[in-house]
Amino acid sequence: MDIKHVAKLANLPLTADEEKRFSAQLTAILNLVSQLQKVPTKNVVPTSQVTGQENVFRDDKIETERILTQDEALSNAKKTYNGYFVVPRIFKNDH
Amino acid sequence: MTIDECYQNIGRIADKTNAFITVISKAEAVKKMQHAKSFLSGVPFVLKDSYVTKHIKTTAASNVLKDYLPQYSATVYRRLEGAGAILLGKMNMDAWGHGGTSENTDFGPVKNPWDLTRVAGGSGGGPAVAVVTDCADFAIGEDTGGSIRNPAAWCGITGLKVTYGRVSRYGCIAYASSFDTVGPTARTAQQCARILRVIAGKDPYDATSSNKPVPDYVGQLKKPLGKLTIGWPKELFGEGLDWEIKIAIEQARRELEKHGIKIKEISMPLFSYGVPVYYIIAPSETSSNLGRYDGVRFGNGRENFTSETKRRIMVGTYALSAGYYDAYYKKAQQVRTLFIKEYAKALSECDMVLMPVNPTPPPKIGELINDPVKKLLADYYTTSQNPVGVPSLALPCGFTRSGLPIGMQLVGKMFSEDLLLQVGYRYQQATDWHTRKPKL
Repeated sequence: MDIKHVAKLANLPLTADEEKRFSAQLTAILNLVSQLQKVPTKNVVPTSQVTGQENVFRDDKIETERILTQDEALSNAKKTYNGYFVVPRIFKNDH
Repeated sequence: MTIDECYQNIGRIADKTNAFITVISKAEAVKKMQHAKSFLSGVPFVLKDSYVTKHIKTTAASNVLKDYLPQYSATVYRRLEGAGAILLGKMNMDAWGHGGTSENTDFGPVKNPWDLTRVAGGSGGGPAVAVVTDCADFAIGEDTGGSIRNPAAWCGITGLKVTYGRVSRYGCIAYASSFDTVGPTARTAQQCARILRVIAGKDPYDATSSNKPVPDYVGQLKKPLGKLTIGWPKELFGEGLDWEIKIAIEQARRELEKHGIKIKEISMPLFSYGVPVYYIIAPSETSSNLGRYDGVRFGNGRENFTSETKRRIMVGTYALSAGYYDAYYKKAQQVRTLFIKEYAKALSECDMVLMPVNPTPPPKIGELINDPVKKLLADYYTTSQNPVGVPSLALPCGFTRSGLPIGMQLVGKMFSEDLLLQVGYRYQQATDWHTRKPKL
């Protein structure tokens, strides 16, 4: 496993020590789960959920009971500005 | 128990066992006592710290959420409060439900009250400890791959993993959304029945919650059992199972036979693939669910995840990534289909299946933490039910010679909680394992 690539996909900042440690541990875990390759699954339909339900709808109405006020919505944010969340920059300045 | 007795016990055991993350002040708890009589009036309980509770700190045992104050409450909490139950605390666990020993927590490992050098089980170690030490009458756990049953068995109490969709997950911090279930843990099956009656049922806030009617679990407990057959999967009692656990469950089998229940040997040849199916799908779903924690709208940054959580996020990310999706994720979803058939076949030959909960008694604290693979295998008996969705009731059924609790589980058909609880009730009328208390 390309640990740096996977950590990047997962948006996980890893230390050099973690990269080394996880590399061996994840290989061991993948070896264990790879046992599944032994099970024949030709033409078996994959299962993604077991609710037994289909098309669960609700009325297209605003549920005022669940709406947070702006202050409540921001109440756990570390950084806010004029009633907004402050998010990390995603574009560079020089373009 | 009275609220006073519970707070005395909390004062006595909280520091020794590390079971609590948050203790609600007694003044605050007493304020919530209602005068009107309702189904759970004044009954003290605790929640695993994976349920959001409005204006009460909710951490999922992770530093990512160590100072998070939710703006809303989980449905299960609202229903219990509505029935008059009183919340006394939020309990320690493996962070995000990731683990089977309650050591993967940023709040220190939970210690087993029967032997403080051993783990309490997980991920819901704190809730189980609170029940067995009489800090509350019951606890609400969350079971994704054994998180209610495993600590119940290692602490000597009763725990119910419900059918997927039986209880609303709204406000339950998600681990693996297609496996997660919300259920009660208490001393007895009878108490679990009482709690399930309150928390089960359709919730408009959780589209996966079932609209099947909720039976009168309590009223059904004392009904005659009728003709029942319990399956005994012989390959699950072979190699890898601790001999004292095996003997205890064989004794329970004879007890059940005394009640006229027929035991039938069955075979579940795919069973050992439960761990690999679980450890592909659950990490995949958790890598997606935990993607939202970026420290912007709430919580702290992703560097705060524990090693175990980082490993699970990366296994899941890898299994879902381009080039590996078919070999891992899709393959596991296909084997999941085979598991559903395997259980359907087993449960067509009998009404429920009897099996162990843990392969060994609770290990020493630190014994499994540095061996992620060995740790996965400790979940051998409890991971295969969640991909299928079937309910399972864990019951205390003995003690090792060194005084550690032993549990067994009854796995039933979809939505057969009433029958599982009925058999559990009958078994507990004839045995006293569930009444024993650790000396602390």
